[in-house]
Amino acid sequence: MQLGAGTESTVIVDIVFWAIAVSSIIAALAVVFLKDVFRAALFLVVSLMGVAGMFILMRAEFLAVVQVLIYIGAISVLIIFAVVTTRDMDDGSPFNALRSPVLVIVGLLLAGVTFVVYSTDWNLIDTAVSTGTVTTAAAEEMVVVFENTVPGIAGLLLTNYVLAFEVASIVLLASVIGALALLRKR
Amino acid sequence: MDIESFLLVGAIIFFIGLFGALTKRNAIVVLMCIELMFNGVNITAVAISRFVLPAAIADGTGGALTDAAQLVLTGQVFSVFIITIAAAEVALGLAIVISLFRNRDTIFVSDANELKH
Repeated sequence: MQLGAGTESTVIVDIVFWAIAVSSIIAALAVVFLKDVFRAALFLVVSLMGVAGMFILMRAEFLAVVQVLIYIGAISVLIIFAVVTTRDMDDGSPFNALRSPVLVIVGLLLAGVTFVVYSTDWNLIDTAVSTGTVTTAAAEEMVVVFENTVPGIAGLLLTNYVLAFEVASIVLLASVIGALALLRKR
Repeated sequence: MDIESFLLVGAIIFFIGLFGALTKRNAIVVLMCIELMFNGVNITAVAISRFVLPAAIADGTGGALTDAAQLVLTGQVFSVFIITIAAAEVALGLAIVISLFRNRDTIFVSDANELKH
């Protein structure tokens, strides 16, 4: 079964995937290791763009658009604004004393997660369909859902997750009021 | 391009962000690293929703077929919420950083230690 066109694993798709993955990871490393905060913010944009590309490879077009609009359009502009506002203390972005122990701990955690990812027996949609574990009707419904994800996301948001949806709007309202109260001129 | 590659990339981005968030002294860079961690989690959530069969469909307990099929998008709905909360978090975080800068003339988290004395 193909979950919509373009998700089959061809050589070209693999090359695109690894190109996006490597550039995104390198940009993320640049965010951490660059001395200049402004350049780090620009590399954060590159990394977020790579993540948007990976969303498209995973048939999550709606999330890719949301990623570009909110992360790249709003959050990164906010971060760059904050960098420019606080620029006159130009001490760059040094590490604290915990650098080497944290590097060891994070490396161990990453190794553990990698081991878990590769040793888990994932119950994949594609294998379930090809071995006939799910019915053909269910497989066709899933294809329909993946071909147009927006109605599916909207349906879930307004049925199963409607409480979380309302709470999220209250959180946004509270954060707007909080940010205004923090930065009000006294 | 299989689920393991996506999960691995998500984990690498998450742990780069974790490393930066724990070791950087500049509060804005710490916030940027937290955004990286959110993105690693988002990749993982979307990858699992794209590749893993929901238990409700496998058991046939997901109700009507159209409703059950929607459950493959649960990870994407989680990502929508994560992005929402990230936007709220970064707005508040930067407000705190700027008010720290106004009051103490520093943006280093190690200098914000008034509660220590």
